[in-house]
Amino acid sequence: MTRSRHVGLPRWLFAPALLAAVFVVLPVASMTTRIDWGDFPGLVTSQAARSALLLSLKTSSASTVLCLLLGIPLATVLARSEARWLGVLRSLVLLPLVLPPVVGGIALLSAFGRQGLLGEHLDTLGIRIAFSSIAVVLAQTFVSLPFLVVSLEGALRTAGERYDVVAASLGARPTTVLRRVTLPLVLPGLASGAVLAFARSLGEFGATITFAGSLEGTTRTLPLLIYNLRVTDADAAVAMSLVLVVVAVLVIGLVRPRGSL
Amino acid sequence: MSALVEVVVAERGVDVAFEVADGETVALLGPNGAGKSTTLAVLGGLLRPDTGRVLLDDEVLTSFGRTGPVRWVAPHARRTALLAQDPLLFPHLTVLENVAFGPRSTGAGRRAARAAAEHWLAEVDAAELAGRRPAQLSGGQAQRVAVARALAAEPRLLLLDEPMAALDVAVAPALRTLFRRVLADRTTVIVTHHVLDALLLADRVVVLDGGRVVEQGATSEVLSRPRSAFAARFAGLNLVAGDATPDGVRRPDGLVLHGTPGAPPPREGAAGVAVFRPSAVAVHREPPGGSPRNALPVVVTELEPLGDLVRVRAGDLAADVTVASVAELGLAPGAEVTFVVKATEVDVYAR
Repeated sequence: MTRSRHVGLPRWLFAPALLAAVFVVLPVASMTTRIDWGDFPGLVTSQAARSALLLSLKTSSASTVLCLLLGIPLATVLARSEARWLGVLRSLVLLPLVLPPVVGGIALLSAFGRQGLLGEHLDTLGIRIAFSSIAVVLAQTFVSLPFLVVSLEGALRTAGERYDVVAASLGARPTTVLRRVTLPLVLPGLASGAVLAFARSLGEFGATITFAGSLEGTTRTLPLLIYNLRVTDADAAVAMSLVLVVVAVLVIGLVRPRGSL
Repeated sequence: MSALVEVVVAERGVDVAFEVADGETVALLGPNGAGKSTTLAVLGGLLRPDTGRVLLDDEVLTSFGRTGPVRWVAPHARRTALLAQDPLLFPHLTVLENVAFGPRSTGAGRRAARAAAEHWLAEVDAAELAGRRPAQLSGGQAQRVAVARALAAEPRLLLLDEPMAALDVAVAPALRTLFRRVLADRTTVIVTHHVLDALLLADRVVVLDGGRVVEQGATSEVLSRPRSAFAARFAGLNLVAGDATPDGVRRPDGLVLHGTPGAPPPREGAAGVAVFRPSAVAVHREPPGGSPRNALPVVVTELEPLGDLVRVRAGDLAADVTVASVAELGLAPGAEVTFVVKATEVDVYAR
C-alpha cells in the first residue's frame, strides 16, 4: 500500500486522540508498577495459576472452534438469504453483545441447568452440563458468537455475490462455490472474527461464573482466578492480570495486523 | 446446441422471444434498459421469469406459468457460462487455477482439469500467464483469461454481456479477433453496444427496445436495411418511418420523403421506412426551392467529431459535413436548418 498525503487533519484532533490512547494504555501499564517482581515468577507459576491459564486457553480454543462451526453458516445465511424474518433473527443473534454477561449466564442456566428447558432432559440421559468445563465453553461461545458473525457477515456483504455467480455459471455446485470461492475471498474477515471471538472468550467472566461456577481445574478460568485472588491475595491478582494482558496482546498483535477488521 | 427463449419478466417490463440456432452467434442489441441483461440473466438461470420457458435443444431449463409444468434447472447445472465486461477472475487463485475451476467443479480430476486449463490458455494466447495472480494482469490479459475460463467449462451456451466494453480501444480489436475465432460454431448470445461486434461476431441480431423484440434477422440484412429506429442508429443510418406512398414514405406529420422503392416495393399505405446515409445529407441554412430533392426542416441537437468530418445530429437524424461547412453555416445546438437529401440516395422498403 503506498502512502499518500490526504487532506490535512485539524491539529487540535491530536490532543483528544492522544488522550484516548493514554486512557487505554496507562491503566494497563500502571499495573506493572504494582508488581513485586521478586515474587512474580513464583506467583504466575503456581499450581492454581498454571491450571487456570491452561483451562482458559483450552476452553477459549474450543469455543472459537464452536463459534466457527456455528458462526460461518449463520453469517452466510444472514448475508446471502433475502428472507424477511432474517432481520429479526439478526437482531436476536446480536443480543449477547448488549446483554450483561451475568444475564447470559442465567439464560444458559435456564436452558442447560439441571432444571432447565433442555437440561432436564439431558439430566435424565445422564448428561450434566452446568458447572462443568463444557459449561465454560458454552458460556464463552454464547458471548463470542456475535463477534464472529458480525465480522464475517460484514466481509461477505462487502465481497458481494458477483464471484459466486461466475463460479456457478462455470458449473460449481453451491457447496463448491462456498468452499472454493465465497469463504476464501473473506478469509481476512473470517480470521479477524475468529481472533475477536477467541479474545472475547479469553476474557469471559460473568456468564462463566454464573453458569459454570468457579471450580479449580474444571471451570476456574484465568479471569475467575483473578477475581478470587483479588480478595485474598492482591499481589497475585495483579500478577495474573498481567499474564492475561500478555496473552491478549499476543493474540491480537500476532494475528490482527494482517487481517483488516 | 440450439436455444429457445420465450419469457415474460413483468417487474422489468420484458416480454421477449427468439431462437438461437446450433452453432450460431446472436447479438442482442438495444438501448439501455431494453431488457438485454435481463434476457441473459433468464438464460443463465439467475432470474426467474414470471411466465415462459427456456429450452436448450430439447431440454427444458426454465418453465413457468402457462407453458406446462414448472421446471427450474439451477445455474450450475445449465452449462451456460457467463462472461461479463468485468473479467471477475477469482483473486485468490492463479490464472491456471482460475481456468481449471470449471473442469474441477464439474468433476474432472486434478490432472485432466490442469490439461484442459493449459489447452484453453494456449487457445487464447495466454499460456505464459498461467502462474500469475489476477492482480498482476492488465485488463486485456484478464479478459483473455476469463474467456479461456468460460470456454474451459465447456458451456453448451455461451453468454457474453458486453465483454469488450471495459477494455481500452487499443486492446479491444485483438480480443474481438479472438472472439471471432473461438465463437465460430459455438452457440452464443452476445450483448453489445458496438457495431463492429455485431458485424464481426454475430450471424444474426435481435434488436430489443422497451422490453420487446422490435426487429431480428441476419446481421448484414438488419444493418443494411434496418426497420427499427435503434437498428438504424446502431448501423449509423438515418431512418424515417411512416406510411408507404408510390415512391416514398409519408411521415405522421404529413411530410413525404421521396426515394427509390426496393424490391418488392411496399404496398401503398402500409408501414414503410425510408433509409439514407448521413453522408448523403447536405445541410442548408435556408430551404432550397423548386428541386426534386427532399428537404427536412430540423433543429440541430448535437455536434460530434467523426474522423475529419462533423456529425450533425438533429433528433433521430444525422448529417455528416466538413468542419469548414460547420463554421460557414454557424452550426450549433439549437440552430434551425434544413437537411437535404436526393431521392436517389433514399432507400424505401416495407417495415
